[in-house]
Amino acid sequence: MTIDTVLDAENLGKRYGRRWALSDCTLRIPAGRIVGLVGPNGAGKTTLLRLAVGLLAPSTGVVRVLGDRPAASPVQLGRVGFVAQETPTYPNLSVADHLRLGAWLNPRWDSGLAQRRISLLGLDPRQRSGRLSGGQRAQLALTLAVAKRPDLLVLDEPVASLDPLARREFMHAIGEIVAQQGVSAVLSSHLVSDLERVCDFMIVLVASRVRLAGPVDDLRNAAGGRSLEDLVVDHMTADHAGTEAHR
Amino acid sequence: MIRLTWRQFRTPAAVAAAAVLVLAVFAALTGPDLAHAYAATLAACRRAGDCPTATAAFARTDSALSNALGTLVTFAPALIGAFWGAPLIAREMEAGTFSLVWMQSVSRARWLLVKLSVLGLASALCAGLLSLILTWWARPLDDASAAIYATFGQRDIVPIGYALFAFLLGVTAGMVVRHTVAAMAVTLFVFVTVRVCTTYGLRPRIVAPEHRVFALDPASTGFGSEVSPSILLNSWFNGRPTSQLDPATPSLPNAWIYSSRVVDANGHDLTDAVLNATCPGVASRGGQPTVPGHVPVSDSAAQAARACVTKIGATYHQLLTYQPASRYWTLQWAELGTYVGATALLAAVCLWWIRRRA
Repeated sequence: MTIDTVLDAENLGKRYGRRWALSDCTLRIPAGRIVGLVGPNGAGKTTLLRLAVGLLAPSTGVVRVLGDRPAASPVQLGRVGFVAQETPTYPNLSVADHLRLGAWLNPRWDSGLAQRRISLLGLDPRQRSGRLSGGQRAQLALTLAVAKRPDLLVLDEPVASLDPLARREFMHAIGEIVAQQGVSAVLSSHLVSDLERVCDFMIVLVASRVRLAGPVDDLRNAAGGRSLEDLVVDHMTADHAGTEAHR
Repeated sequence: MIRLTWRQFRTPAAVAAAAVLVLAVFAALTGPDLAHAYAATLAACRRAGDCPTATAAFARTDSALSNALGTLVTFAPALIGAFWGAPLIAREMEAGTFSLVWMQSVSRARWLLVKLSVLGLASALCAGLLSLILTWWARPLDDASAAIYATFGQRDIVPIGYALFAFLLGVTAGMVVRHTVAAMAVTLFVFVTVRVCTTYGLRPRIVAPEHRVFALDPASTGFGSEVSPSILLNSWFNGRPTSQLDPATPSLPNAWIYSSRVVDANGHDLTDAVLNATCPGVASRGGQPTVPGHVPVSDSAAQAARACVTKIGATYHQLLTYQPASRYWTLQWAELGTYVGATALLAAVCLWWIRRRA
């Protein structure tokens, strides 16, 4: 059985006290693509992705990732690679320690791949991760997520805190990884320009609702002479007005 | 998972091992001398025929050092709870690294179980070794002072229970508070509170104490009572004396005296009202105790006080409530069991919490 949907959310909601971080979200993310999840701050992107990888439990609805409940089992955990927003690593552990951590905790760990990426990036294995630059740390976190050989890579605003050069390098790395390993990927960002370069499918999420979804080429065609960014912003603002009126 | 736990824990483990080693070396260097000195003291006092005074003096010689080491053993569990327990989850939450480690192919229940097992074992080992060293080193002093219950929490097996409990308390606090420093403070506060409550509230009630009756001795009965923090806490939890008449405590080696009350045949406490009615003016003039060795009072006042005690002694006697030395190990095991049980409960709470998040 081939899975054509990597992420399938139905009426998904997450509430903190009385505040809904995500409510009634229904969406499908197709397999075999690099999917960009765009939306304004507070649209629920981070909550959605954290629900999808099982770091959060939903208050309402269900989400299935690769056909199973998120983080349901070690096998399911191994099939999903995740890089969180701040690309956290253990500051006291060295780069080599992090690779060892990956090898110890993941049966499908690809040690050769991890070593190659580290030397390609020019990282010193003995360097403590606390001493790395933001871009290097993001690359280390990505290496950990990739070398466990996942079927799906989930990246939550991985470049938000990086400078333009590191941003470009990171996005380039993701494009390469997806091409080489044949994994699906979901990336979130609030900047269309970050995603445009590497994604081939785009979903616009505003206030927990999908406002626009489709292959990037189709969206470009629909945008006509305007840029993709203009199209996305149009949908965001239209909806903003809508929700304001609704409230 | 065990390898990762060890990699992340090896620095704190080394610090603790070094501390235990320092204490062990100190104990090994000074312990034999202490034992020899005690043996010599005993030999000398047996020849002279006055061992109680000699051993009491001996117990005082190294009491400052013994108290300092005892304090170390008392506070080691609190430190373990604050520095090993509290950061375990709180630091992962603070730094966001939980989203790194919980996304590896290991369920987070297993992650927590391995962490709790390894660090819990280390906590028990650390506290157990500290206690073992101190118990061995202080044996001559403990024999001399004949007050095993006074050092109950610093000797033998109970420190192991304290350390396990403090560690899990720290983990739980970190899980709830999610900030390392705040969790450390909560851990220390709750741990000290629980220790005080179990020491003065629970420990005396585990096994029913024994009672013994003594006639009031005019020569050794004074007025007013000594006030120390521990006596204050004890009277708080277990009731305070109702009159100012304070008979000296008869010598019961290694017994734990709960209370010394002055009661009549029906078990009613002597009240200040009765005391003042029986011998007017004595208690107010008394103020100072008349026990030998305390502040001297005038002969006439002392005589009046003795006459008063004799008069009171016709209807009242001293009732001693105490735990005999033979129950020491029962109480050690009971307290260890209580703390280990509480530890298991906290571990279950942590596991439930970490699964519920999935």
